[in-house]
Amino acid sequence: MIKDITIGQYFPGNSIIHRLDPRFKLVIALAYIVMLFAGNVFVSIITGAVFCIVSFALSRIPFKLMAKSLKPILPILLFTSILNLIFIDTGKTVFKLWILKITSGGIETSVMMIIRITLLITGTSLLTYTTSPIALTDAIERLLSPLKKIKVPVHELAMMMTIALRFIPTLIEETDKIISAQKARGADMENGNLVQKAKAMIPILIPLFISAVRRAEELATAMECRCYRGGEGRTRMRQLKASAHDFVAAGVTMIFFAALIAVNIII
Amino acid sequence: MDNTFARCEDLVFSYDDESRDVLCDVSLSFKRGEFTAVLGHNGCGKSTFAKHLNAILLPCGGSVYVDGIDTKDEERLYDIRQRVGMVFQNPDNQIVATIVEEDVAFALENLGVPPEEIRERVDEALKSVGMYKYRMHSPHQLSGGQKQRVAIAGIIAMRPECIVLDEPTAMLDPIGRREVLKTVKRLNREYGITIILITHYMEEAAMCGRVIVMDKGKVLLDDVPKEVFSKVELLKSVGLDVPQVTELVYELNKYGLGLDQHIITEEECTEALIKLLS
Amino acid sequence: MAVLKTENLSYVYSPGSPFEKTAVDNVNIEIEKGEFVGIIGHTGSGKSTLIQHFNGLLKPTSGKIYLNGKDIWEDKTQIRQVRFKVGLVFQYPEYQIFEETVYKDIAFGPKNMGLSKEETDRRVRATAEAVGLSEGELFKSPFELSGGQKRRVAIAGVMAMEPEVLILDEPTAGLDPKGRDLILEQIKKYHRTFGTTILLVSHSMEDVARYASKILVMNESKLFCYDETAKVFERAEEISQMGLSVPQITRVFNELKSRGIDLGEEVYTVKFAKELLVDILKKRGKLHD
Repeated sequence: MIKDITIGQYFPGNSIIHRLDPRFKLVIALAYIVMLFAGNVFVSIITGAVFCIVSFALSRIPFKLMAKSLKPILPILLFTSILNLIFIDTGKTVFKLWILKITSGGIETSVMMIIRITLLITGTSLLTYTTSPIALTDAIERLLSPLKKIKVPVHELAMMMTIALRFIPTLIEETDKIISAQKARGADMENGNLVQKAKAMIPILIPLFISAVRRAEELATAMECRCYRGGEGRTRMRQLKASAHDFVAAGVTMIFFAALIAVNIII
Repeated sequence: MDNTFARCEDLVFSYDDESRDVLCDVSLSFKRGEFTAVLGHNGCGKSTFAKHLNAILLPCGGSVYVDGIDTKDEERLYDIRQRVGMVFQNPDNQIVATIVEEDVAFALENLGVPPEEIRERVDEALKSVGMYKYRMHSPHQLSGGQKQRVAIAGIIAMRPECIVLDEPTAMLDPIGRREVLKTVKRLNREYGITIILITHYMEEAAMCGRVIVMDKGKVLLDDVPKEVFSKVELLKSVGLDVPQVTELVYELNKYGLGLDQHIITEEECTEALIKLLS
Repeated sequence: MAVLKTENLSYVYSPGSPFEKTAVDNVNIEIEKGEFVGIIGHTGSGKSTLIQHFNGLLKPTSGKIYLNGKDIWEDKTQIRQVRFKVGLVFQYPEYQIFEETVYKDIAFGPKNMGLSKEETDRRVRATAEAVGLSEGELFKSPFELSGGQKRRVAIAGVMAMEPEVLILDEPTAGLDPKGRDLILEQIKKYHRTFGTTILLVSHSMEDVARYASKILVMNESKLFCYDETAKVFERAEEISQMGLSVPQITRVFNELKSRGIDLGEEVYTVKFAKELLVDILKKRGKLHD
């Protein structure tokens, strides 16, 4: 059943990584991405790998979960590495069959590419595994708040994200119910060709859409009743306070960064 | 000081796309601490009336005063909404946040209350509806009755003087209904909060201090439950019920038994029947 | 012969996961043709899961369901046929309406059955009449109708499949007393006219008591009892303890009994209470015609 799908990837815990201020985590994750793609390939991969492995060990997230996060990108990984293998024509020819030519340069690039993407995905998944969606939304809102000065609706965007997160489980349950109800009237969703299958979605999508609009209207009234008037003059119950270990984490990241730059200059 | 909390005078209202008046010349007042039920079939105007009490809708004719403030006074809109909280029928469509305590804090954050005070008032509100231990839950893990209590806590946190509940139990099972009613009754008794309860359940109305019956945008009856429910025929003619015990007395009186038509509770009915049968 | 029969029916949600939950636990039941059955049980008692087995929306984890003596899961490809024979109206069915006219929405089921245009037309008109929708309303958009009318369109949509068994999950939830009585009376009339077996799920004991001849009580995933309405109300005490409410009138007469006035009958509707009292008073000479 659809209901069984887990929402978000948050994996509750109480490790050092979990307890980090979400704003710091978000900035560190961005720094990590830059690290992966900056300068000399070997150096950046080694720094990134060390950084990623250490964080993972600290977070106490089971290895199985990390492997799971890689599964959906496996086809992309394969596809790009095959393209790299075939089309990069530098270095020695290792293997040749008719017009197919695989070179040492191609092998090198595709291996590096695989490692980089793997590190990228595992590293960023760690962020979503250890940070609840609401904390993440909060962090984004606060980090982007300087943009309010140039009229970016930061609060509104964050509010939209929160409401979306709130209503995903409700709408999934609703979809499930509508599917069952239409099936009870003999709707056939499994058989038929592509056009018929697309048509079979109409009895599900229309009621779902109507219900979403109705919910939105009711929610808007309920929000008005509770004095909602946008982000102006709003306070927050939960205050994000950076503690010593947030700065330590930031410091460690900076050192990694500095090392990366230093090595790049020397080489 | 005047004991009247809210008052409307010759209230008239119609929606833009309809020529028919949804409310015509409604004049009512509510005392502080009063517990009132509003009855009426769907479409009789009771929800529209309720939305006038916190300036979600503004009158087309006449006026509504809440705690002495005219609801047309835009400057004081949030003073009004903070004084009169509203709870709606569908518990899913009034919870905004993904964590219970964040939702309860929503109104206070909107009002710009300092964080430490929000924390204090949220905890207090959650305790007053018995949902404190669920404060870190996500709303979809809760039952209907629990969600409705969270919605009530979100209102209580504003420290309102009055709560208007628009069919809060219509979508709940009997257990959920009992939970919600118990909570509302306690808020009325212990905190003196004025309650206006819109409902279809006659037993719920029977326990209130005052019952208002609306029909076609007008106030049909406005009295204590005993008097209202004694008018069995009138109520049936506008598509409403009476409690089963009242109906039994009414049916028996057709045989000229002359029982007191003001019976609305099980105890009163039992006593009357014992007298009749002994 | 029983129209519906279950044999050691059990259903487990998310087996093997930490959320594993037995929703229906070894239920054995036989429902006779033409019966009007009330199904009660608190939220989470397993009643909703149970009814979704009757038309093959859920497949039992173990055990069997027979429709007219035939195992419905014997041939998986025929499960849609079972859904036409056992109509299920979900809670708040008006939220499944999607067509642009009332007519088309009621015709959705018959069309899925592959019926001819003429037969579909006959059924749409017959069921629309059964639920009190006028000719003029048939070609309106369902979204222009009132809540109660929409509900009746949705119920007609299932009735139009002319099922042998019609299951309704809380058909009166959220309606006002008038809308509630209207729908229940229409179901009763439909039952009388077509002889369809009706299964009515409800939280309202008053409604069940007024219409059902038999009551099925589910409690904590198990079948608590399935019996004649009067017999079930003899166990009012146990039913109250399950978190269900017995009709107010039943509570009054049980109180009378505990205070030494036993009228010898189980009272669960106002009509019956009145007749019983009038009868007794006449016998005692306290009341003359």
